[in-house]
Amino acid sequence: MRSPAAVEPPAAVEPPPPARAAGAAPRPRRAEAEDAIRVEGLTRRFGAFTAVDGVSFRVRPGSVCALLGGNGAGKTTTISMLLGLLLPTSGSVRLLGVDMLADRYRVLPRIGFSSPYVDLPQRLTVTQNLEVYARLFGVPDRRRRLAELAADLDLGELLGRTYGSLSAGQRTRVAIAKALLNRPELLLLDEPTASLDPDSADRLRGYLVDYLSASGATALLASHNMVEVERLCDQVLVMKQGRIVERGSPAELLGRYGLGTMEQVFLDIARREDRT
Amino acid sequence: MRPGLASAGRVYAMVLRYSYLLRGSWPRVLELAYWPTVQMILWGLINQFMAAQSAWVAQAAGLFIAAILLWDVLFRAQLGVSVVFFEEMYSRNLGHLFTSPLRPSELVLSLLVISLLRTLIGVGVASVLAIVLYQYSVFSMGLALLAFFSNLLVMGWAVGLVVVAFVLRYGLGAENLAWAIIFAVAPVTGVYYPISNLPEWLQPVAWALPSSSVFEGMRAVLIDGVFRVDLFWQAVALNAVYLAAGWGLFLHAFQVARDRDLLLHVGE
Repeated sequence: MRSPAAVEPPAAVEPPPPARAAGAAPRPRRAEAEDAIRVEGLTRRFGAFTAVDGVSFRVRPGSVCALLGGNGAGKTTTISMLLGLLLPTSGSVRLLGVDMLADRYRVLPRIGFSSPYVDLPQRLTVTQNLEVYARLFGVPDRRRRLAELAADLDLGELLGRTYGSLSAGQRTRVAIAKALLNRPELLLLDEPTASLDPDSADRLRGYLVDYLSASGATALLASHNMVEVERLCDQVLVMKQGRIVERGSPAELLGRYGLGTMEQVFLDIARREDRT
Repeated sequence: MRPGLASAGRVYAMVLRYSYLLRGSWPRVLELAYWPTVQMILWGLINQFMAAQSAWVAQAAGLFIAAILLWDVLFRAQLGVSVVFFEEMYSRNLGHLFTSPLRPSELVLSLLVISLLRTLIGVGVASVLAIVLYQYSVFSMGLALLAFFSNLLVMGWAVGLVVVAFVLRYGLGAENLAWAIIFAVAPVTGVYYPISNLPEWLQPVAWALPSSSVFEGMRAVLIDGVFRVDLFWQAVALNAVYLAAGWGLFLHAFQVARDRDLLLHVGE
């Protein structure tokens, strides 16, 4: 797990450099850079129902932030609005310094996204799917990039198979490969290891740690897997009923609640009505 | 990379995606040519019978064959846009597509290109078979055929974009529109008979369709041996309006889909 870095508030103190995965290259320091994610007053109503209610947060470049919450807490809706797939009722989103409502196409080539709520064309092979997306993202030297990802994510035997013939776990790995094709500066991952067996999930987390460490990329991760959160994330945002009800580093939250694991913290927050 | 080149690259990527789909399934290729061929055979036989019974039909060899082949241009062009777009909804791929740098208008352009290719394959096979079976070549119309083909293609695109807009807005429950909508046009647009045959009150409706000018123009070529330039430009002008309306409706539906959270959940 990496040490705390940067979700606001608090914002006054320059965070310590994050810990490294063993053997990984030092991550670039970009203290002067703009927030990788800056969300202010983000609200989304569907009729009388408020799915996301005045959410504000910042994620600094190079950090990994977890977005936690029970089912229906507003995580996927928030990520949809960050990407511009869903228009907010009010509020603003800036990714990598770009206003997503005004100019999302300027920044989309620098973002990677994966979610269990979307799929790739079933009848195309893995190679065909990845090639199409590599072209959409304007990836230079596509063949080499595909070979790198196939090796890193152990996709070699899957490349010639149709996406529809893959197991859920294999599809997840392909979707992560698609998200990483363009060597994104910002990764938005919705439950990235949800359908993976423990071994595959652990390998994928290791790969993500290496990628983020080597590239200095920022990540926002919606997850129900607390092991994943403790291993990958500098900071945690906990959502409940469309609002952020808790924030801090995993260590801070463990200390604040006097509990031993993030799972216990999550359960405590989820079950305390008076905290919402 | 220059923005124009990058944009062309994304359109090409989508054309490639749809061509992979086509190349990966021979039944899909067969289906493209199947209905135009069946229709051509049926109307070829009707044409032979009617030519023996009617002096009007006998004036022009292959009148009904040409009509059905051109009708299929309109129908296939429309399906080439709408059904191909449905593939994205069936596979729940829209969330990936619209978080890539692909613009909605680039997606539309790629749909138009693949629609052209599918129409050429489907109607092309039937046209060649018409030569073999009935010794009638639709290509004998020469440049007039290109004018008719282009106008029907563009009208098919426009109607296809309207269908896509409806399905994007109302979900796959509305997908049957893709097969039904064009047949609402068929009785009015004078595919097999002149517009003057319609009740007077219906004729202005017919003339508001670009396809009516095309089929009237086709009869002028086949029966009178004249290419009606006025009808050609009338169809072009109407098509400009239709295509702009279809494209605009698609972009509007895309914004509505973004507003109602349909892009991530479509196909479910």
